Amino acid sequence: MVAPRVFRPAARLLSSRLSTPLRPAFTQTACAPSILRSRGYASESAGGVKEVTVRDALNEALAEELEANQKTFILGEEVAQYNGAYKVTRGLLDRFGPKRVIDTPITEAGFCGIAVGAALAGLHPICEFMTFNFAMQAIDQIINSAAKTHYMSGGIQPCNITFRGPNGFAAGVAAQHSQDYSAWYGSIPGLKVVSPWSSEDAKGLLKAAIRDPNPVVVLENELMYGQAFPMSEAAQKSDFVLPIGKAKIERPGKDLTIVSVSRCVGQSLTAATELKQKYGVDAEVINLRSIKPLDVETIIASLKKTGRLMIVESGYPMYGVASEIMALSMEYGFDYLTAPAARVTGAEVPTPYAQGLEEMAFPQIDTIVNQAAKILRL
Amino acid sequence: MDFLKPAEVTPIATYHVMDTHSSVADPSRAPPDVTDEQVLEWYKNMVTVNIMDNIMFEAQRHGRLSFYMVSAGEEAVMIGSAAALGAKDVITCQYRETGVFLQRGFELKDFMSQLTANCNDPGKGRNMPVHYSGKNKVNIHAVASTLATQIPHATGAAYALKMDALENPDKPGNVAVTYFGEGAASEGDFHAALNVAAVKECPVIFICRNNGFAISTPTSEQYIGDGVAVRGMSYGIESIRVDGTDIFAVYEATKEARRKALEGGGRPILLEMMSYRVSHHSTSDDSFAYRDRDDVEAWKARNDPLFRLKVWMEKKDLWDSEKETQFRKTTRAAVLRELVAAENEKKPALRGIFDDVYAELTEEAKEQRGDLYRLMMKYPEEYDINDHEEGIRGLS
Repeated sequence: MVAPRVFRPAARLLSSRLSTPLRPAFTQTACAPSILRSRGYASESAGGVKEVTVRDALNEALAEELEANQKTFILGEEVAQYNGAYKVTRGLLDRFGPKRVIDTPITEAGFCGIAVGAALAGLHPICEFMTFNFAMQAIDQIINSAAKTHYMSGGIQPCNITFRGPNGFAAGVAAQHSQDYSAWYGSIPGLKVVSPWSSEDAKGLLKAAIRDPNPVVVLENELMYGQAFPMSEAAQKSDFVLPIGKAKIERPGKDLTIVSVSRCVGQSLTAATELKQKYGVDAEVINLRSIKPLDVETIIASLKKTGRLMIVESGYPMYGVASEIMALSMEYGFDYLTAPAARVTGAEVPTPYAQGLEEMAFPQIDTIVNQAAKILRL
Repeated sequence: MDFLKPAEVTPIATYHVMDTHSSVADPSRAPPDVTDEQVLEWYKNMVTVNIMDNIMFEAQRHGRLSFYMVSAGEEAVMIGSAAALGAKDVITCQYRETGVFLQRGFELKDFMSQLTANCNDPGKGRNMPVHYSGKNKVNIHAVASTLATQIPHATGAAYALKMDALENPDKPGNVAVTYFGEGAASEGDFHAALNVAAVKECPVIFICRNNGFAISTPTSEQYIGDGVAVRGMSYGIESIRVDGTDIFAVYEATKEARRKALEGGGRPILLEMMSYRVSHHSTSDDSFAYRDRDDVEAWKARNDPLFRLKVWMEKKDLWDSEKETQFRKTTRAAVLRELVAAENEKKPALRGIFDDVYAELTEEAKEQRGDLYRLMMKYPEEYDINDHEEGIRGLS
């Protein structure tokens, strides 16, 4: 191995740190057990609920779809021999062989272009980016080729392809590893964009993405890979798929609607618990699951019920997912709002490396709680 | 210690069949393995591209279409290479491959339907002129404006063909073929596509049309090394430089490349076709602002691929000036007839604005289509609905 690109697999740097929660940002994520216990699962009473990490859920989704459809294959840097930079593709090479689990040279534009070419020729590739930060090298292929060719060819060249990999900030890897691309891909006609939070989300959305005849971008989150979530018996089966474009109400409430996506859903749930304990208010937390298409109906129905809207996401503040939802709330829910809608987002700076600075650059539990209190005039 | 010095390496030779008098240059070799009918077909297709180009370039000047690109000087590259390929081979093009489309069965009507964006265009009037959508009829992917993206697409398509061949070992194999200019070969996509094709042993033929110019940038400012063929070598790909004005050389090299690409489970091959962009880059360009008119004329006098083939045919009594005049006259009339007929056709149905963004029509798109329908019904005098196929019903 010559000239190792040390920054590439941020997971390698992080793997030890992830297991020992050094940072408050980690311990506060997602799954304070009390919240998860309160979540309702369709078949929870059946007793078949199992704790599964997001990583394993993604791995299961990939294995099931590779098994079910001979046209699928996965390619990317380190996906085969190394089992994936984040181990999402663990064991797939052994099971499906080198023709369907393909290590590529370090060339995002190249392997992405090749995946798009294979899709235009009738295969159903799954293209893994080590992180979506590096997919910038291939964004021309994703947008100009994958998203537009079906339309521009007159509907005779569909492009059934899945782009997936970690998105958004991780921990201590600075600006070029820490950007959230939801808004970028969410603005392109021809693309579908999903972003899972829990293990059920991860499995159901990735499977849906692979089966969908359109190009779908699956924005995962590196900090979530090691998190375990209970998975219902139904979700453990190989026919489990979630619909793209449907949000999920993770916590019902009547006083405030918090719309969130990916890792911020967990933070929002913790914040909602705190709001209940501190102020006795009930926040409804919506997990978007899908960035595009966006489940406007669920958001507006909730807004009509609570009269107050807050969006929590980790992208940049301007022209973002939160901005779009606020614009939609003006178009469809203005008359129902009893307070100005608000957004909690990442800060308008390239993400800094230093721990304290990085924390300040993204929504934290107290940021969410304080902003909610402001909206509710508590 | 020995550094490799590019200046001391012998430049790659250029493969040719004909000499400057259009005879077989090497007396010891057999004549090209082609029939008189093939040669006649090629020549006619080359002339047809030429005539269509001239008419459509002028038509753009008259405001009948927004844009056009001609291919004068490169007719032999396109026709000769396409003639050596199989119908099931998958092609991804740049934008100056009109001859490839024609040789593979695109008809005048197909070209004109796209150029005038009428209802017979398989691309439904969505793509800019000369960006033909030929997947169904001639197995050529829709042309993209984003330069060099088609090169990795061919590697990907070749991978799909390789997988197919593994599953169906009894079927004859097929290759993917991609065309690009020497300017596009500076893009990262070119290098990525070659590298991955070599590593994954994909049956793909990379055809570089080295025509001397990328819009105004001459090759001397595009690269310092020995052209594009030498780059194939550095990726471990068998490569050859070919005289792109000698249709027999182009045909033979492509045919051999195809055989090699399918050999032993598949591998990539690179062909660098040397020619000259006689024409302006596009209708948006006047090349005499950056090159001498005399240079162009001098090149044409020596190397015009049509002239070289015509002399060959005349020597074999296949062609004469009377046939030439007659063919040019009828072809010109046919192009003009098809152009006018295409212009008089209906435009694509209005639903095409919304269709195909996704495989399924989204709720939002349905809603917008309904809104547009209501608007058009409310203010009919504001819209030329009747120019479109099915009129207002095209929105339902």
